[in-house]
Parts: sequence; C-alpha cells; structure tokens
Amino acid sequence: MELAAIIVLNGLTLAALYFLVASGFSLIFGLMRVVNMAHGSLYLIAGYVGYAVFEPLYDRDVWWAWYAGLASGVVCAAVVGALMQKLLLGWMQGQELRQALVTIGVSIIAADQLLAFYGGTPRQFFAPDAIFGSTQVPGIGGYPTFRLVQIGIALAIGISLWLLLNRTRLGMMIRAGVDDRDMLGACGVNVPLVGVAVFALGAALAGLGGVVGATAQPLAQGMDGRFLLVSLVVVIVGGMGSVPGTALGAVLIGLAEQIGQAVFPTYSVILTFGIMVAVLALRPQGILGRA
Amino acid sequence: MHRGLAVLVAAALLALPWVLHAMLPANQAGFWTGNILGRALVFGIIAMSLTFLATYGGFVSLAQLMVAGMAGYAVAVFVDGAVPRIVGGLGYGVAIPLGLLAATLMGLLVGAISVRTRDIYLLMITLAISMGVFRFVETNIAWFNGYEGIRNVVGPDILGTDFRNPWVFYHVALGTAALLFAAVIYLVRSPFGLVLQGIRDNPRRVAALGYSVGLHRIAAFGVAGFVAGCGGVLATIYNIGISPGSIGLGPTVNVLIMSVIGGLGHPLGAFIGSLIFTVFDTFAATIYDRDRFNTLIGAVFLIIVLVSPDGVLGVGARLRRLLGPPPARDSKAVQKQKETSCPSV
Repeated sequence: MELAAIIVLNGLTLAALYFLVASGFSLIFGLMRVVNMAHGSLYLIAGYVGYAVFEPLYDRDVWWAWYAGLASGVVCAAVVGALMQKLLLGWMQGQELRQALVTIGVSIIAADQLLAFYGGTPRQFFAPDAIFGSTQVPGIGGYPTFRLVQIGIALAIGISLWLLLNRTRLGMMIRAGVDDRDMLGACGVNVPLVGVAVFALGAALAGLGGVVGATAQPLAQGMDGRFLLVSLVVVIVGGMGSVPGTALGAVLIGLAEQIGQAVFPTYSVILTFGIMVAVLALRPQGILGRA
Repeated sequence: MHRGLAVLVAAALLALPWVLHAMLPANQAGFWTGNILGRALVFGIIAMSLTFLATYGGFVSLAQLMVAGMAGYAVAVFVDGAVPRIVGGLGYGVAIPLGLLAATLMGLLVGAISVRTRDIYLLMITLAISMGVFRFVETNIAWFNGYEGIRNVVGPDILGTDFRNPWVFYHVALGTAALLFAAVIYLVRSPFGLVLQGIRDNPRRVAALGYSVGLHRIAAFGVAGFVAGCGGVLATIYNIGISPGSIGLGPTVNVLIMSVIGGLGHPLGAFIGSLIFTVFDTFAATIYDRDRFNTLIGAVFLIIVLVSPDGVLGVGARLRRLLGPPPARDSKAVQKQKETSCPSV
C-alpha cells in the first residue's frame, strides 16, 4: 500500500516535469503550427547555461544561487526560442514540414555544440535550503521536498497559462491566431510579433523544465531526445494546443511510466505506447484536442 | 536516350571498384569500395524507403530506420552463429527472408497506427513510435540482449567468398539497390502507385472514386518496410551485428537528413544524399574537426532546407533551368526571357 502510494506520487512528480516541458511544445504548436523538434535542445540549453551561472555562486555559498541559475536558464532558452522564430522560422510560415526540418537542423547543431562546450559529464543542481531535504507526507513517510515543490510549480504554471490564454489580451490574440491568422492580422494585430512572443514563452517553459528537471535528476547529453519524445507523446495523447489536455496527457504518461516500471520493468515502454496507440485509434486529435 | 544513359550509369557503377583499384593504393581502394560506396548504397536503400513514402504518398515517416532495424534484429535473433544466441539455428537463406518479413510487418503496423494522421502529425507519431521501439529494444534482454545488442552477424558466403569482402559487399549492395530502385519506379507507374499519388494530392477525391485510402496507405508503408528491411539486413551484416544505438534518435534523424539533402522529389535523391552524407561522415575530421561532425552535417542540412528545400536534385533542376534553353512549357522561364528581351526593343 505504501509502495503503491510512493509509485503514484513518483508518477505525479514526473508528470509535473513532463507538463512543464510539454506545455511549451503544445503552446508553440497551437498558435504557430510549428513542430518544434528543437524543444528538447531548449531544455538542455537552459539546464547547462543555468548550471554555468549556478555553480560559481553555489561555491561562494550565496543563498540565491539556484534562483539565479533558474532565471538565467529560462531567459536564455526564451532568447534562443525567439531568435529561432525571428531568424529561421518566421519567413516560412505555413510550410509546416520545412519548419520541422529546420528545427531538426537546429537541434543537431545545438546538441553537438553543447557537447563541445560542456563535455559529457552529468550535472545536477542543488536545490536551495528552503526546498531541500525531505518532508513527511501522510501515508508515505519522508519524501523529497523538491519533488513536491515540482508539483506546486507545475500547478502554478498550469493555472497561470490558463489565465494568460483565457483572461488576457495577449491570450485573446493567441486564441484568435489559432483560429484564423489572416483575420487576426487584418484586425491590426502584429501577428509576427505575437508569434515571436509565443515562441519565447514556449521556449521559456522548456527552459524552466530544464532547470527544474536538472535539480530533480542529473542533466546529461541525450536528455534533449528524451524530453522531445516526452513532449511528443504527451501532446499526442492529451491534444495539441490545449493546456488541460497537456496536463491530462502528462499525468497519464507520468503515471504509466512509473507504474509500468514498478510492475513489469523491461516492458514498461509498451504501456506508454499502448496508451498512445489507443488514443490515436479512437481520438486522433488527442483526448482533449479539438477536431 | 534515357535508357542508354541508365545503362551507361549502371556499367560505370559496376566497373567503379576496378577503376578505384587502378587509381588508388589497394587498401584505399578497398576502403572506398566497401566503407564509402557500399555503405552509401546500404543507407541509400533505407533512405529510399522514406523518399518513396514522401514523394509518392506525402508521408514523411521517421520510422524507416527502426523498421530496417527490425529486419536486422530478426536476422540476428534467428541466424546461426550470432552472439549471444537468442533463437539461432537457422541459416542465412531462411533468416534473411524472415528479417524482410519482420520489416514488412513492422512497416504495415506503423502504417496502421498512423493511418489517420497526416503531415507533421505523421512525422511526430512515427518519431514517437520509433523512439518507443528503441527504448523497448534497449531495455529488453530476453529478445534483443538490451544495450549490448547482438554481435557476430557475418553474412553468408557468396560463391565461396566472404560476404564482407569490399568487392562482394559493394556488388551485392549495388544489385539490391538497383533492383529495389527499378521496383519502386515500376510500382509508382502501376495502378497502385497512381492511387497512392492521388491520395497524396487529394485523399477525398480518391475515396470518392471508390478506393480505400486507408488500405492503400498501409500497403505503401508495407512496401516501404520491405525496402527498408533490405537495407537493414545489409547494414546489420556491414556492422557485423546490431545494437540499439543503431536505431536511436541520431541515426533516425540521419536517414531523414540523407533523404532531404538528396531531395525528396525522386528516389534517386536518397542515394545522392546518402553518398554526400557518408563522404562528410568519413572526412569530417579533415574538413572541420574530428569530433564536430554533427555540427557540420547539421549546418549542411540546415542550409539545404533553408536554400533549396528540394535538395541537391532541386539545385540541379534549378541550374538546368538557369543555364539550359528554357523549355516551352515552363511558363516562368519564358516569362523571364520575355522580360529580359524587352529592354532591347
């Protein structure tokens, strides 16, 4: 019973991380119709750059070292994302496949340059004292505090994304852009600028996932592929461009992965992909996706 | 004229190892024959299965290398002499057809899973499927020997010569590639190929004509699976075995890179792309930096996608349009000529 509770909690904390990363992917896809194959690279870039800022500060024992790393990682990912949209993707709007190919090219170069700069040694952030250590959870006992914080961050991001999309002017523009880009432009909105903003926001979410993820588990080369795959599966299952859908997809996949690994270790991947195949067969647009 | 050219190209390709042998020292000639030309042909076959799907069906599938890997794994699982022995006991004469069957079935399965999706959705789903299989293979010891993979798949003896002799390998790869190429060209002119192209252009109309769009799509993935399987078997023998690393994300994307660099407009592009890729792969050390091959090939890929989305074949076509006499049906070129001739009046 206790084991089951731990597995479920592990699944939820993993789902929280998956949600952070996949929501950015889903957001970019929702408005821009761009499959950002470099999404995992943004995760990796934020993790490495954040760590480069974090490490010297941590050595000097400054309490805000982790927050500085987080901020610099997120900002860096956002800037890279905005540049990608501005320089490479913006002028081929509508050529979806070509855009996907461009982002693949970017991800190859990014992964290789990160390897050249930072080498292959895994890195891991140390969470600040306030959220370090373990917390007593009823029914389970001690559980890493940071993992619980991770769920809190995901909830906060999910709610603010929902509020941003449904209650603000920018969100209104984004939602209008999803339905009809041309008409939005005709209404006097600078659509390319909204596009850059969306790309920066989506990339920032990948970056946030990168630093948070690199605190919960080591950061290493090859994580870009893993988180790209996670984003793909989560949004395929949950539905493209929908925040609640992404959340649902993340929870399903996170739980399936943890339960699968506990129950039938070497076949756990099949459970995840079984879910994906079932969703594709019954609802190709995703559980909460719009047809 | 066209047929004469084809015969000439075929003769040149057949004679190439001897030409190389006459031009280069013996060890270098062997290296070029087996490790550059032979390898380019093998990966060209796998890339061609993607080009076939993309050109005639409009499906850019990222699952083709995984499908090829299934053929390689099936051979490695069943063939005698592979280390470790999983099932074993069969000769290459049985194991290779089993491998091709496995790849065809896997191709059909991928087609069936993705049958209701198109364009970038298809790209995402096929990538997700192949990465799922990759992770399954990597963690499963009982059937795939996990991370280590299966070694010592040396290939059959051909006329008493070792299969991995560069000359033998090159000619087997060349023969396989030529047969598959001819089969693909034949297939796309058959009724099945025409329906496939109809689906690419307008699935709804094809359905209205009474054809089953879904079945044709799945069958196309099956054909592509068979083609990829041929490449997969050869690649496994080339590498003397197979491991999950050879169907990971990097190699999967590499197949896409080959197809796109060559050009997604014609099956020939796959072989051009894979030759360019292999040459870059081999000589990256002398061109840029030994370890930075990926940056180099990524940059080449990015430039091709940005400048000429239809690849090297597209560049060729553009040059022909620019340099050659304008064909009458190309209204754009005629227009251009009119514009340039106007000022002289």
